[in-house]
Amino acid sequence: MQKNNGFMSWVDQRLPVSSFIKNHLTHYYAPKNFNFLYFFGALAIVLFVLQILTGIFLTMHYKPDALHAFASVEYIMRDVSFGWVIRYMHSTGASLFFVVIYMHMFRALIYGSYKQPRELLWIFGVLIFLLLMAEAFFGYLLPWGQMSYWGAQVIVNLFATVPFIGPDLAEWVRGDYLVSDATLNRFFAFHVIALPLALAGLIFLHLAALHSVGSNNPDGIEIKENKDKKTGIPLDGIPFHPYYTVKDLIGLTVFLIVFASIIFFMPEVGGYFLEHNNFVPADPLVTPAHIAPVWYFTPFYSILRAVPPILNSQFPGVAAMGAAVLILFLVPWLDKSNVKSIRYKGSLYKKWIIAFVISFLLLGYLGTVPSNVWGQMPNFIPLLGGLDWATFVARIFTVIYFAFFILMPWYSKKDKTKPVPKRVTYK
Amino acid sequence: MSKKDKGFDKDRRKFLLTATALTGGLGVAAAGIPFVSSMTPSEKAKAAGASVEVDTSKIKKGELITTEWRGQPVWVLNRTDEMIQSLPKLDKNLADPNLKVTSQQPKYCQNATRSIKSDMLVVVGICTHLGCSPSAKIEPKGDMGDDWSGGFFCPCHGSKFDLAGRVYKGSPAPTNLVVPPHKYLDENTILIGEDSKDEA
Repeated sequence: MQKNNGFMSWVDQRLPVSSFIKNHLTHYYAPKNFNFLYFFGALAIVLFVLQILTGIFLTMHYKPDALHAFASVEYIMRDVSFGWVIRYMHSTGASLFFVVIYMHMFRALIYGSYKQPRELLWIFGVLIFLLLMAEAFFGYLLPWGQMSYWGAQVIVNLFATVPFIGPDLAEWVRGDYLVSDATLNRFFAFHVIALPLALAGLIFLHLAALHSVGSNNPDGIEIKENKDKKTGIPLDGIPFHPYYTVKDLIGLTVFLIVFASIIFFMPEVGGYFLEHNNFVPADPLVTPAHIAPVWYFTPFYSILRAVPPILNSQFPGVAAMGAAVLILFLVPWLDKSNVKSIRYKGSLYKKWIIAFVISFLLLGYLGTVPSNVWGQMPNFIPLLGGLDWATFVARIFTVIYFAFFILMPWYSKKDKTKPVPKRVTYK
Repeated sequence: MSKKDKGFDKDRRKFLLTATALTGGLGVAAAGIPFVSSMTPSEKAKAAGASVEVDTSKIKKGELITTEWRGQPVWVLNRTDEMIQSLPKLDKNLADPNLKVTSQQPKYCQNATRSIKSDMLVVVGICTHLGCSPSAKIEPKGDMGDDWSGGFFCPCHGSKFDLAGRVYKGSPAPTNLVVPPHKYLDENTILIGEDSKDEA
């Protein structure tokens, strides 16, 4: 810094503010060929801050008590000044968080951002995704509506299927013999303290790892391998600030337009962001006719439903659902391709990623509807007669979902890749 | 002694490090016990899970009442003779007609009707799949189709059970509905949640 005295230099001698800004913003070089898929990381951070902020204001009025929880949410919606905006920001923010995170993960998947040297960066990312799902699940119980209650009942019972320790484990999670006030109280604690803290820590590690290895880019080229000999600055790099801060502001603007449109014009999004049954208070003695999780869990829920019970145990389905998420941890070691980006991968990989995206979306759709939605298979079909069509389709796409990962070492090796240019390309 | 060349004993240092880490680790694990135990059902929750009494004299033939035990619905169904006679006919359609999974009912209900008295069925009204509460479809046929001979249908994932709470083949639910521990205090009073020790 040019100034030798003044306030900033006083601070800098005690806290490295200026050098931090330099190292991580004004002299942090990011590849210059980012496309729109690179908006989603920044948007995820904005949403994290927004969820914390709206969450703080919601806790000022919400009561984590089975007798009062439902009414306190209605109180926020009707009587608290602008309470409805804050609540809708929080509920819409939750769903959009998953939209943004799924796009962010898809980006990393197609451009090979998990490959060496970014394995840890990817692992922190998958951990964040896992905690985010837990955070959303705990939060969904808090309004204490029918869907909150029975959704939690179904998910906690997944623990009960674990061999030997299952029932005790489920009882320990609930703190009672059924989902009750004790469960609501502890889910509140997890939702507002434990998981946000853990998430903040993981996001810090995710960013620290990112700034240590640098961003990947749509070409999958390491820009640090091509530096200006005099300055040591990557030839394909531009300072994060002002170039990407300004670019991200444009992305944020578009995002906020979508965000505001949902909050003001369709906050429930036809029952996908806020399910209709959740406007009915929780009743432990009456199960709603159709239970479905919120849309962002449905691909995994479909996998759970698709696996039939084996040896009188529901556990295989639960294990498959868990594996569907946990297998993401292994991706850096499953991909044996010698190129990172989809741009230089061959047609084999492209076919597989298309099959994967289709199966993810289709499983997601099937998870929102009852399994008899397409009727049953006619009885003349051997073995399968009487089986629900939707269950049959879900089973096929569950296999494709897993095949994308399990066969990756084989097809990524066999695939004919194209030569990667030395410098990044952009239009 | 080469070990002491640099003025310290490596083995001794390693031993001390391991011992300190182990002792500290044990302490941390012990300190974790109160936190983990605090999440188990409290004494209050256990007390609320106490037994409940049901007066069966008020349940008409073919009628089902729902009571609450440990916050779960418990059904008491007074089965008619036709209902009881229809049970063995369904065996071929059921996943576990002969009650091979013995954990689903106490020993004294390990019989054809899954009950102490053949007409009075007592089951926990929670689907063994993922814990939804099935709907009672006691009457044959109706909206369940012409093959239906009465039972329970879970709306969540389509599991079907007969009038003894036995699960149909092809249902997502893996096992029969649970018969809770219960006993007769007198001719017409059932105590749900406890069984007499000599019978158990």
